[in-house]
Amino acid sequence: MRCRVLLFAGLRERAGVEAIECELPAEQATVAALRAALERQCPALAGQVYRVAVDARYEDDEAPLVAGAELALIPPVSGG
Amino acid sequence: MAAFQLRLTELPVEGDWARRSVDGPDAGCTVVFSGTVRDQARGRAVDGLEYQAYPRMVEAELRRIADEVLASHEVLRIAVEHATGAVAVGQCSVALAVASAHRAPAFAAAAAFMDALKERVPIWKKERYQDGSSWIGQGS
Repeated sequence: MRCRVLLFAGLRERAGVEAIECELPAEQATVAALRAALERQCPALAGQVYRVAVDARYEDDEAPLVAGAELALIPPVSGG
Repeated sequence: MAAFQLRLTELPVEGDWARRSVDGPDAGCTVVFSGTVRDQARGRAVDGLEYQAYPRMVEAELRRIADEVLASHEVLRIAVEHATGAVAVGQCSVALAVASAHRAPAFAAAAAFMDALKERVPIWKKERYQDGSSWIGQGS
């Protein structure tokens, strides 16, 4: 399953790109698998603190991913 | 009149938009909160801020927060406006207005809304200093 993941703020700066594309096996497409795949592909993300959003909603590591969902890594926020 | 309105703007925020958005003959009071960029933070002199947002999720998360706050407080309407891009010292980055029949629930709702915004809404600030800049994490 092909995924495109949006990056923001400090994570965007560390990775040097606004979005990363990665490939996940469809049978194990979860938020946790996405984290692992991204951190293998882009070591600058390893060890960073972030939540994962699926279609603009925070999801836990166990949450499944479906093809076509908009994915994003959300580092600690600081609005206001 | 919509129970919740929001606006992301690339200009400095004007508190008037939020306040006018919650006006109505049923509102006995309006609580307005505005956040202003300070000239210092964490012991450093700050020249200004740069806000970045994930607009689709900002809207989704603010609507979820508004639903929660409207369900748990006796208030009529909420409006919030947040800046993106550069905001100078002394300018406003966020304005929130809450209208209700009586003041106590409006104060409580405004505090709850801002707490949730700061914890969950995907907006980030970068502080600019004379000798560099840095993205700010939680708890500011």
